[in-house]
Amino acid sequence: MTDKKTYKLPFIILTAILVVCFFLNISFGSVAIPFKAIFNSLIGSTTEHETWQHIIQNYRLPKALTAIIVGSGLGISGLLMQTLFRNPLAGPFVLGISSGASLGVALVILGSSVFGGVFSALFVSKWGIVIAASLGSFLVLLAVLMVSIKVRDTMAILIIGLMFASITAAIVSVLSYFGSAEQLQQYVFWGFGSLGNLSWTDLSILFIIYSIGLILAILSIKTLNTLLLGENYAKSLGLNIKKSRLIIIIATSLLAGTITAFTGPIAFIGLAIPHLTRQVFNTSNHKILLPAVFLFGAIVMLICDSIAQLPYSDLTLPINAITALIGAPVIIWLLVSKRKMVF
Amino acid sequence: MIEKNQHIILKTSDLSIGYISKKKQACIASNINIELKRGELVGLIGANGIGKSTLLRTLTQVQNPLEGTIEINDKNVHDYAPLELAKVMSLVLTEQITSKNLSVFDLVALGRQPYTNWIGTISKQDTIAINNALKQTNITELKHKKCFELSDGQLQKVMIARALAQDTDLIILDEPTTHLDMYHKAYILKLLQRLAKDTNKTILFSSHEIDLAIQLCDNLIVMTENDVVSNTPCNLISKGTFNHLFPKDLIAFDEKTGSFRINK
Repeated sequence: MTDKKTYKLPFIILTAILVVCFFLNISFGSVAIPFKAIFNSLIGSTTEHETWQHIIQNYRLPKALTAIIVGSGLGISGLLMQTLFRNPLAGPFVLGISSGASLGVALVILGSSVFGGVFSALFVSKWGIVIAASLGSFLVLLAVLMVSIKVRDTMAILIIGLMFASITAAIVSVLSYFGSAEQLQQYVFWGFGSLGNLSWTDLSILFIIYSIGLILAILSIKTLNTLLLGENYAKSLGLNIKKSRLIIIIATSLLAGTITAFTGPIAFIGLAIPHLTRQVFNTSNHKILLPAVFLFGAIVMLICDSIAQLPYSDLTLPINAITALIGAPVIIWLLVSKRKMVF
Repeated sequence: MIEKNQHIILKTSDLSIGYISKKKQACIASNINIELKRGELVGLIGANGIGKSTLLRTLTQVQNPLEGTIEINDKNVHDYAPLELAKVMSLVLTEQITSKNLSVFDLVALGRQPYTNWIGTISKQDTIAINNALKQTNITELKHKKCFELSDGQLQKVMIARALAQDTDLIILDEPTTHLDMYHKAYILKLLQRLAKDTNKTILFSSHEIDLAIQLCDNLIVMTENDVVSNTPCNLISKGTFNHLFPKDLIAFDEKTGSFRINK
């Protein structure tokens, strides 16, 4: 499409910002660690304090990497959904992916009192939650997918996604009515979202699934551009609509589903990042948008996490609240200043 | 001239069109035998609800025919792979495009999709085709504008340029002159006539601009309740086909001026 050279500079700047944010994110925390020690620790040489090295390698580094994966993954899945559903307000949340995940988690945490001890053995480990959330989002997506094969109207699919979200929310509230106080608290904490609970093993599993989703998204770039014309035009250009739609939906569920499972629901990143990117890059070409959303998502997530961390204090704010506080005004500003969200 | 006109791009044999539901099939028109030759501008005219859209939808593979066959370049359309078909037939539809944030160049470039690689890289050859399409439709100066900045007439030219960039033997347009003022209606149809001549492509469009179509088209396909006829405008006038186009209570066809007049 348009000459790529014009976008070279913004990409270099964004990459530089990402690197800076990455280092800043690692240097902020409840314990103050000098910058030199952080650098030494990251390149592998020993630092004078063993605790510092332990904090950086086992806590801050995986957390920063998680932030990059979460921000870029949710941003890209939002971009895919907005183009596929021809709707500027589409995102992994609207499709019911995250409510599916919430349902899975609610069943594991809260359901043990309703269904007896069947689930209690499962929820001892964090894996119980991860598996339940993945399964929940996958099942909801499968349902949306089956409907999408039968119903050709993309608007209808979007509404059906919203209905699934309402159903799961209703079941969750019924479950929480019966749940104990501790169980409720545990569920609410998962709902806050957290980037810091991932071990290196968790992170590597997240990374593998994220990579598969990312590759599928990259393979869909041409398809996504064709879909900008609408489905009938896309068909007249030789595109297999059903197959391409399936690949895009699978990519989204892999990205958004696994991320939600590991970190809890994180709001507004999937919706706001693609819009922010379109404002800055002023293009609809996914060959430019996809890498730009990747960078923007990662940067914004690292910044949100740094804020949530409340540097040099022992407190940590829920990340979900921070992303909503930043994301929602962005959407309102876009709607007010542009009056119409073009995409 | 005579030599090139003999090559038939699109041919239908005993085609019946309509809709199939679970219980019954509703036939809208049958025994349609039309031939479109290379480099021809062909207009499809008929009253509202007579089945123009259904015929175009059938020709463009959006819906299946009830009976009969459609051949493009002597090959049944059902034997074409989707990508193959995209290289012989391009469309200009009535529906709005999804993203108005596309630049004119990018939109026309999407016409090259059947020819580009897996990620849609525009090669030198593609750029030449895109620039040619822009030049042929006189919109080169709009190249960097966004689609939401364009008027309806400009947007229609861009959509035609996109179809040209797709480089197909046949271009089918569904009511390309709706929403346009009288000048731009004439402009678009005149443009189509010039394109058919210059590029030697076959262009089929449906329209309600019967008087313009009579003046500009090489051939007309006229759909009436009883049959579907295809002939040159002159022959159709002398046969009196246009007299049967509409109910006679309000308007009548005037053979001298080639247009409809309100009954006095």
